[in-house]
Amino acid sequence: MTAAPDTPAPPAGPFSGLPRVLRLIAGTALSLAITILGLLLVTFIIGRVVPIDPVLAIVGERATTAQYEATRLALGLDEPMWKQFAIYVGNAVQGDLGQSLRTKREVSADIIRYFPATLELATIATLFGVLVGVPAGVLAATRPGTWVDQIVRIVGLMGYSMPVFWLGLLALLLFYGILGWVGGPGRLDAGFSMMFELDVKQRTGMILIDTALAGEWAMFRNAISHIILPSAVLGYTSMAYISRMTRSFMMNELGQEYITTARVKGMPEWRVVWVHALKNVMVPLITVIALSYAYLLEGSVLTETIFAWPGLGSYITDALFAADMPAVLGGTVVVGVVFVTLNMASDLLYRLVDPRAR
Amino acid sequence: MTLLSVKDLRVTFDTEAGRVEAVRGVSFSLGRERLGIVGESGSGKTMTGRSVLRLIRPPGRIEATEMVFDGTDLMAASEREMRALRGQRIAMVMQDPKYSLNPVMKVGAQLTEGLRLRDGMSAKAAHGKAIEALEAVQIRGPERVMEAYPHELSGGMGQRVMIAMMLIPNPDLLIADEPTSALDVTVQAEVLSILDGLVRDRGMGLIFISHDLRLVGRFCDRVLVMYKGRVVEELEAKNLMQAEHPYTRGLLNCLPRIGGSRAPLPGLDRAAEWAE
Amino acid sequence: MATMTEWLRDPSPASRAQARLGQSYLAWLRMRRNPLAMVGLFIILVLLFIAAFAPWVATHDPLAQNLSQRLLPPGTPGHWLGTDDFGRDIWSRIAYGSRITLYIVTLVAVTAPVIGLAIGTVAGYFGGWVDQVLMRITDIFLAFPRLILALALVAVLGPGIENAVLAIALTAWPPYARVARAETLTVRTSDYIAAVRLQGAGSGRIIWGHVMPMCLPSVIIRVTLDMAGVILIAAGLGFLGLGVQPPTPEWGLMISSGRKFLFEQWWVATMPGLAIFIVSLGFNLLGDGLRDVLDPRSSGK
Repeated sequence: MTAAPDTPAPPAGPFSGLPRVLRLIAGTALSLAITILGLLLVTFIIGRVVPIDPVLAIVGERATTAQYEATRLALGLDEPMWKQFAIYVGNAVQGDLGQSLRTKREVSADIIRYFPATLELATIATLFGVLVGVPAGVLAATRPGTWVDQIVRIVGLMGYSMPVFWLGLLALLLFYGILGWVGGPGRLDAGFSMMFELDVKQRTGMILIDTALAGEWAMFRNAISHIILPSAVLGYTSMAYISRMTRSFMMNELGQEYITTARVKGMPEWRVVWVHALKNVMVPLITVIALSYAYLLEGSVLTETIFAWPGLGSYITDALFAADMPAVLGGTVVVGVVFVTLNMASDLLYRLVDPRAR
Repeated sequence: MTLLSVKDLRVTFDTEAGRVEAVRGVSFSLGRERLGIVGESGSGKTMTGRSVLRLIRPPGRIEATEMVFDGTDLMAASEREMRALRGQRIAMVMQDPKYSLNPVMKVGAQLTEGLRLRDGMSAKAAHGKAIEALEAVQIRGPERVMEAYPHELSGGMGQRVMIAMMLIPNPDLLIADEPTSALDVTVQAEVLSILDGLVRDRGMGLIFISHDLRLVGRFCDRVLVMYKGRVVEELEAKNLMQAEHPYTRGLLNCLPRIGGSRAPLPGLDRAAEWAE
Repeated sequence: MATMTEWLRDPSPASRAQARLGQSYLAWLRMRRNPLAMVGLFIILVLLFIAAFAPWVATHDPLAQNLSQRLLPPGTPGHWLGTDDFGRDIWSRIAYGSRITLYIVTLVAVTAPVIGLAIGTVAGYFGGWVDQVLMRITDIFLAFPRLILALALVAVLGPGIENAVLAIALTAWPPYARVARAETLTVRTSDYIAAVRLQGAGSGRIIWGHVMPMCLPSVIIRVTLDMAGVILIAAGLGFLGLGVQPPTPEWGLMISSGRKFLFEQWWVATMPGLAIFIVSLGFNLLGDGLRDVLDPRSSGK
């Protein structure tokens, strides 16, 4: 603040901010690229130390030596390591993650098929986490030490402590097996499943959107009854995380001097909390929400196995048991890339939202 | 005419290390005049100021046998009544505009908030009033300041915004809690003179809290000297140099004087019995 | 006893040891007033007890099959938590399983934080390109969701308890590096570090003797809070069949084997899950309490 006391700093106009935004995005993109390169290096190394012969896995036990050699050359395995890595990166950038041994299709094509189901599940789970977690955290922070605070704290800690696959099993047992309130495993009842595959145009791969677009409301309702349980189970974890972080950020903000200023101005308590403090809390909370969204990708691996959800998590675990390393590593790379991108996007957003960081 | 009368004010905190009494039986009364409260950090002067607004956060507790503002019993007032007093009739300027302004709200939104929400003023009318208030604290280019975020302002500017914000509803009593301590020395005088002029013109009461005895002596009519949560001496500002209490004398002696002796400044004596 | 507490509470300690013990004592007092943290501590003590005395706590041999006693419900005399599909006593298997959980937790707790602490303090202390490179590596490892990287690693290394531990430790260190670096950055420029440097201390000694101790409290809290996550990941690996192999009584594996009879014999999957839940809740409660007590920044709020 070296400006003379009388002259205010020039306000950020619509155009003065633009190059800075571009600069920020360029910087983020660069660091994203480096991180993804590192990620590919890790999966490359993992792929090379596998005790499975990649050539043998493709050609089979009874192939001739000539066939074996041809495949070996085709895979570029005679090249030096650095060149192999360069080829690997080059292929990955073009979307070629190799061929799945199990499904005999391109790994990237498989992932495109499976990913929407995971995305749909994680999105609804995050919505649940934010809509419940943020208000719960704020309520707890404004009443520290009371029973409200204790309940939010305990419910949150329980969410942290529960194995998500166990919670999924219990939920399935209670709400599907005993009470029969929701649909069971899978995205649809068996009867609808076939209809969905045949009759509904799959525009997005996300079942709620596709059925709604097609106007298949019975199917839509059935899909909701199936997605509600896995997304609630998954969302509980993210709710626990979000409510805890909200509480802690909120406590911090409520102790700040500008809160006293708002109170001195005679502002009602709701405005002090939900406007003055929450506006400040939202800034770091964006990162938390993006992070929890990314963590859901991880939680989805276990949740999807429980709920027979045909998403990326199921794809990776199925590949794992079939010793289908290209698929496992391809899936890992994709999840990693989504994870990093979300992370960096949240960082970028953070800087765009916080006027101080501009 | 008494605007505010405080008798036997106590502020206590129940902490893990035991009970801490930040203010222990402070009494004073105030008309439409300038009262200075002086003391070291931790003497309870800030807590005294905030108690008047009942803005001590738990676990802090306020007790007083009497705390009356213009006929309203502050101890018995409901939270709703307190809110009506805050901002409207009693306002407070705090130490550091860097922390006391909301960092993610534009200055304009913070200035007009009270007018719009409480007085139901239109956006345009509130904007006009806010501009007026900024002009009153001698800010040039108030339109630009309205659109700025607090961190884009210098310390002196920020504090003027703060003063403008607090004076918009024309309060009867202003509590200024170290309003210039966080500012550059060169800006301090300017901000003080602005504050001085506004308080004088509008004829409001002022509680000026500071650690700077000289400043308070120049600026106020009466001075309370606090030490460890108690008032050790109360005197007219013009008689400051004749202060009798050894603590006050000590405070006076540790200020450097131009042309005074170059010997090290004496340390401050703190005798336990003054706190009793 | 009274003089002891007085000595501990002395506001002007005579020695460094007294000051430290006094601090710990005050921390303990604060902790004792936090009922949730005490519950957590109690749970962990019970876990330690059961693991140590598993042969006495258990009522049966955890591996002994008895096909005539298959799938008995909880409350059956002799099998108060019921039996699984091989007629093995679930309580006894849970009791022995606590040893495996503790084994994994301990191994991870002594490896991951050490790696993280070393990388974080070095990066934070030296700054510049060292920091850039080390933090970039940390970021890359952070970029993998932990469970998925652990899955990929186990897929390569082959299933088994040691490989599971290795996979978990390799995915667990980056947060410690971050914490340690952040902590180092705050003390790096402080006057007392400058004072030590002026006395001629080398970088190694400064990091080891003056920076690392400052990072320890936050790292310890992080470890306690992380233990729950480690238990959950280990259980997840076990559940997927990638951790400990049958017939070892590992809790995640037990849930997985009970999954087949979920709707008919619910207890087979529920009981071991309850054990995982309670133990990781214990670590979370304790870690939470520790943070409130030890982290000076969160106290007084």
